Amino acid sequence: MRRPKRPLFLARAPYRRRRLRDAARLLPVLGAFLLLLPLLWAPESRMSLTSGDVIYFFLVWLALIGLAAAFAPGLRSGEGVDEEED
Amino acid sequence: MPFNLLVLACFLYVAFLFTVAFVVEGRAAKGRLGWLRSPVVYTLSLSIYCTAWTFYGAVGYAARSGLEFLTIYFGPTLVFIGWWWLLRKLVRIGRRHHVTSLADLISSRYGKSNTLGVIVTLIAVVAATPYIALQLQSVVLSFGVFASAAPDGSRPLDPGQIAVWVAVGLAFFTILFGTRNLDAREQHHGIVTAIAVEAVVKLVALLAVGSFVVWGIAGGVADVIARIDAADLAAWQVAPGRWTGIIFLSAAAVICLPRMFQVMVVENEDEGHLARASWAFPLYLMAMSLFIVPIAVVGLERMPAGANPDMFVLTLPLAEGRGGLAMLAFLGGFSSATSMVIVESIALATMISNHVMIPLWLRLRPGAGVADDLRQVVLMARRLAIAAVLALGYGYYRVSGGSAALASIGLIAFLGVAQVLPAMLGGIYWRGATRAGAILGLVTGLAIWAYTSFLPSFGPGAVLPETVFTEGLMSLSWLRPYSLFGTEAMDPIIHALFWSMALNVLAFCLGSLLTFPGPVERLQGAAFVNVFEGAVGPQRWARGRADPEALLAMAQRILGEEVALTLFQAEARAQGKESFLPDPTPGFLDSLEARLSGSVGAATAHAMIGQLVGRATVTVEDLMAVASESAQLLEYSARLEARETELTRTAGALREANEKLMQLSLQKDAFLSQISHELRTPMTSIRAFSEILTEGEVPPESVMRYGRIIHDEAKRLTRLLDDLLDLSVLENGAVQLTVGLASLQGMIDTALTAARATRPDREFQVIRDLPSETIYLKTDADRLTQVFINLISNARKYCDATRPELRIAVRHKAGRVTVDFIDNGKGIAKDSQALIFEKFSRLTDANRAGGAGLGLAICREIMQNLGGSVAYVPGQRGATFRVTVPLRLETLAA
Repeated sequence: MRRPKRPLFLARAPYRRRRLRDAARLLPVLGAFLLLLPLLWAPESRMSLTSGDVIYFFLVWLALIGLAAAFAPGLRSGEGVDEEED
Repeated sequence: MPFNLLVLACFLYVAFLFTVAFVVEGRAAKGRLGWLRSPVVYTLSLSIYCTAWTFYGAVGYAARSGLEFLTIYFGPTLVFIGWWWLLRKLVRIGRRHHVTSLADLISSRYGKSNTLGVIVTLIAVVAATPYIALQLQSVVLSFGVFASAAPDGSRPLDPGQIAVWVAVGLAFFTILFGTRNLDAREQHHGIVTAIAVEAVVKLVALLAVGSFVVWGIAGGVADVIARIDAADLAAWQVAPGRWTGIIFLSAAAVICLPRMFQVMVVENEDEGHLARASWAFPLYLMAMSLFIVPIAVVGLERMPAGANPDMFVLTLPLAEGRGGLAMLAFLGGFSSATSMVIVESIALATMISNHVMIPLWLRLRPGAGVADDLRQVVLMARRLAIAAVLALGYGYYRVSGGSAALASIGLIAFLGVAQVLPAMLGGIYWRGATRAGAILGLVTGLAIWAYTSFLPSFGPGAVLPETVFTEGLMSLSWLRPYSLFGTEAMDPIIHALFWSMALNVLAFCLGSLLTFPGPVERLQGAAFVNVFEGAVGPQRWARGRADPEALLAMAQRILGEEVALTLFQAEARAQGKESFLPDPTPGFLDSLEARLSGSVGAATAHAMIGQLVGRATVTVEDLMAVASESAQLLEYSARLEARETELTRTAGALREANEKLMQLSLQKDAFLSQISHELRTPMTSIRAFSEILTEGEVPPESVMRYGRIIHDEAKRLTRLLDDLLDLSVLENGAVQLTVGLASLQGMIDTALTAARATRPDREFQVIRDLPSETIYLKTDADRLTQVFINLISNARKYCDATRPELRIAVRHKAGRVTVDFIDNGKGIAKDSQALIFEKFSRLTDANRAGGAGLGLAICREIMQNLGGSVAYVPGQRGATFRVTVPLRLETLAA
């Protein structure tokens, strides 16, 4: 079935909402990147756990949670508006 | 710590949970849930992801494999912070389609196929059984820790006995609160709230133990960091494959685990809660894992070499003599185990009863007395299923002997349920995914998982003979469970993940690409994939022939008498009927099915209505008809739109014409009185003077004067009649034209001279551009001159400027010559412009200078006959008439 035609350009508020959704979609990608990054640090020789690793992971984790918390209210309030977009 | 005290605490804790669940159920029944429906409760209930495996096992995991335990939490974190991708859609679908379980989702998406429901149920049960066994084992182990630590030498309970009691207790609790009623939406407020309480307990317990370890045993954060660096946390080697693989696996599991699906989708009250949970749940996970590493490091330091690291959370406080803290930790672990078992068994019981037991029961007793209350059957099926699930878990625990390390079982269970992932994701993002593809993928995945991961987990020689491990199935070395197709480089779990997922996806995609979906499948596919685009057009029941009474009877069996009657009555009223029985319209059948599927699952509800409607469902032709109907509708509306604009245009033209007609009619009336007047005035004077003359005795000079007057008046009459005659000849097109070459300048000269007779008293300045007038026209010069005379005379008559002037501008372009007569008067009012060329129109009577208003009408007719036109040009300074003539008049005769 044909989709209703959508406007090509948007006003400022809907534009921001769309970009926020984009950011929310990109967040797990960023997260995956940061959480897989340490794989490239460890040389074969390093066998044991360092406190640096622990701190790195928890900081990344906290940052991701913080970003998700920052996005959530905007996403939630924008829900229901032009949802057919995806 | 006396063992009996522990048992007592345990009982008190369970009693407390019972009370919570009971109170909440009571409030839910009265519809007063209030804050209990808040996002906080939703988020906390999601924490059943953290089972006893997490609570106890994570420390052991960290002690054995370093930071790898974090991957178990990273997967869910990524899924939740990326909720806009998947979870939002999943929850929306779950709510829109009254999904009751994971199996229901898959079966509903693929054409309400019960086969798929059975397969998913099978996978879920097989994967969950060892997991439940694991929880029982953890409880038994933790009891064991206290029992062995008991200094008074009290008789340690038999582990098997403890497991039985725990299993029975859990079954009792679950049956009591999980199968109280058959809700339209499969929600259990009491249980969810109890789970939320347990979530708080386990978090507090773990944080308390962690704080004790960091600040009580070790000397604060800095010291712990130093200890971590100093500790030889065995061989923590980052294995990229395992790291990535387990993150993926845990991400898949958090969506596909039956208990997670239950709390996340089925028990969801409000989609907005998901937004909060998107960061709050990862935060919970982080808090849960914050102290794992310190506990593991300190535990390894402090505890004797042979101590089980899985139990450090308990043994560390005990060893330090902190009985109360150990008790709290024990309750935390107990909470983790019980909440997981409760929700998992509810989720599994829903699947088993909806997809296995009820369909079977309906098949065995097809005509099962209409009076039967199916609700009791369903509830009984649920209860039996819960008991069966727990019995299975207990059985597995007994068989496996409770020896396996906790973590490995957890991962194997994750991998089992992850087999549902391709069918689920494909189902909600890909309309091309078909039932056959889903079945193929699931069966392939299940088989490979069983062969490479589940069955070998019992150990060599237990289920699979030892030779299979070393030489492969049927001595085919490329079929060895841990190195399929010769891939030996991978860790067993990653090996199983790799092959099961790869072949699962392959089979799913190939099957989907090569088969053709049935109509219901296609409908459901569209409804699931496009869930955000509003309702999917076509009805699932094309043309129902169902007997409403039979429908009501069936609905009563599932929903209960009162609910069903209310539903039917409301529908009947909406249809404008007074009785209890509405017409089985497609829309009604649809909503009824949705209502029933909330209780017995989509596949069963669909089959039951299908039986009554007689005709299984919509056909491809129906779908096509709907599609072409909507296309026709679009086309029709486009045509309507076009017709409407056309009508508007026509209406506008008609209105204009009507206005003109009205004015014309008014004018005609005015003219008639005028023409009578025009004719009468000379007639009167002619009659009067001729009477005087006939009376005689008139002086001769008067006779002459009277005679001249009579003559003049007669001339006026003749002129009027001539004009009328002329006009009618011109209008009929019967005019004879004498076409010849003539100079435009000459014609204008003649016209100016002739027109001077009109109001000769006025001084009129004429502005001409003589060079432009040197054009020779092939036309009827006399007629054209007549037009010019008329226009010039009009200007002389009507131009109201004090120093009147007339400009004559000639232009020659593309074979046509235009002559503009522009005066410097006021011009003609806009509303009169349309009328001046009509017969008998005369704008003002003020300057009536003979003529009956026929001049311009005659001009127009002449110009038409000459192949040109005369028009009033608005917007100039004064009145402007434009005469357009062809340079060469082509007569028909010529």
